[in-house]
Amino acid sequence: MNAREQAFLEYVQSGGQVEATDWMPDDYRAKLVKFIEMHGNSELMGVLPEREWILRAPTLQRKLALTAKVQDEVGHSQLIYRVVEDLGKPREQCLDDLISGKAKFHNVFHYPTKTWGDVGVIAWLVDAAAIISQKALLKCSYAPYARIMKKICWEESFHILHGRDVILTLMNGTDAQRELVQEALNRWWAPLMQFHGNPISKDEDPMYVWRIKSQGNEEARQQFLDGYVPQIRELGLTVPDPNLRKDDEGVWQYTEPDWDELRSVVTGHGPKSQDRLDLRRRARENSAWVRSVVLERAA
Amino acid sequence: MNEQEQQLLLQIADDELILGWRDSEWTGIAPLLEEDVAFSSIAQNEIGHARALYELVARARGTTADGLAFDRAPNEYRNSRLVELRLLDWEKTIARHWLYEQADAVRLERLKRSDDPDVAGLAAKIDREEAYHRMHAEMWFERLKDEPRFTAALDELRPLLDEGREEHTAELDELWDEMTVVRRSQPAGTKW
Amino acid sequence: MIYEVFRQERKGQPYQHAGSIEAANDTFADVYAREQYGRRGESASLWIVARDSVIEIDEFVDELNRNYHRVDGYSLKEKLREARERAGTAAPAADR
Repeated sequence: MNAREQAFLEYVQSGGQVEATDWMPDDYRAKLVKFIEMHGNSELMGVLPEREWILRAPTLQRKLALTAKVQDEVGHSQLIYRVVEDLGKPREQCLDDLISGKAKFHNVFHYPTKTWGDVGVIAWLVDAAAIISQKALLKCSYAPYARIMKKICWEESFHILHGRDVILTLMNGTDAQRELVQEALNRWWAPLMQFHGNPISKDEDPMYVWRIKSQGNEEARQQFLDGYVPQIRELGLTVPDPNLRKDDEGVWQYTEPDWDELRSVVTGHGPKSQDRLDLRRRARENSAWVRSVVLERAA
Repeated sequence: MNEQEQQLLLQIADDELILGWRDSEWTGIAPLLEEDVAFSSIAQNEIGHARALYELVARARGTTADGLAFDRAPNEYRNSRLVELRLLDWEKTIARHWLYEQADAVRLERLKRSDDPDVAGLAAKIDREEAYHRMHAEMWFERLKDEPRFTAALDELRPLLDEGREEHTAELDELWDEMTVVRRSQPAGTKW
Repeated sequence: MIYEVFRQERKGQPYQHAGSIEAANDTFADVYAREQYGRRGESASLWIVARDSVIEIDEFVDELNRNYHRVDGYSLKEKLREARERAGTAAPAADR
């Protein structure tokens, strides 16, 4: 690292922020683009598992709430891709790389949604895991990203309320409804435990070193367990990990997540990865003419 | 509210419910991200209009809006053929949107003059939201009017505006099946 | 075209930069900004302006340290203490 890069590192590590037009080390810019791009991809792909349930929503209220939630996620992807574009990578290139598999999106969006129970569990727990990561971005050294995170976190708070409402209604309903929740939880627990990534020490995590995020992976996972295991248990649900317990130092112990599964899934080998990317590719090809008419440039 | 007026309100509500679903099919896959967000609001407004209309009729009949929206048989819906078609091509979606908004404006004007103050009041509220839909439809019309595929879509869809209210396509049956599958999995009256 | 969006949270408050959108023209920009920054009723008002029309100024020159323009250029505390002592109206011990 040369002197200018070193000075930059010290600057961000003491809380300094930079704007789009400021100088930044090449490595910082590259890591930033990759990280933010993956976030944008995840918001956009996260729409696909949930949109199927808009039609199937069992009441008008749920239909509206779910449509609004999914709309927010598309909105978030718009905000995020604009930030990436101002860092030098155009939106269309991001979408090309997403569809070709060159760029990744978070593990949880590679899995199927099988029941209305999944809809509740996703809005309650998957969004909760995501919010913890997102709150750790509010002080991002890259200011344009930190600013959109504020809007994103505000909108996500509505999603969690909606999720909790769906779950509580099911848990207070029939035996079959309670079973929907437990069954969904059984399937989503492993992806949830993998969500925050492998427990790399934060000083070896470039995202933390550059203060792009303010928290390490394990810290985020512990926060999730602290917040949500009690919520899960107080409803009479069982967390499907017999080894899950809090030790004497207040640290959660758990069955080691399958990091091979995580790696395989995020590189496009999840149960729904290809289906969803295909849907995105077809939709994009089908509407290319619209973009060229409206934006008057090659799609 | 007499039976005739109830039927008219149900017709509009059914149109808005089914069209609202069809419009929300674009969520996540619309041609532009910004448009995806905008079009989703239109879909939500439509479902919201359906809900408000169902609520009025529900009160007159002693039932609930959800009951009217979901618990009738497919052949009891009174929506037009135009709204029940899956049209996942943007030129067709916009053609339908533009045609529907024009016809709906005429329909709402009549309702605004209803003797029933609840009906007139709701029609006025809906109309104010629809003004935004009309603006959106006009915006796209201006942009696409020279595209042959768009004018072809307008010609193809215009006749369907008032067709098929009594008889539905197989597409509506499929739609109804999926729309009610979760709800039908538990006894009537179950909370969701 | 990229448009910058400024939003006013409540009447009377300053307009703050909220983000940017891509739109074909002013009409599309109006629709899209209204959705992204107003659909939850979170803004009283929005200003949208094409990015190319924004003039950015981010370099200011102050070579000679113009502290007369700033509050920290004046040490009032010392002078006040001296004046009160002279008038025999010295402030309570907590002030010193």
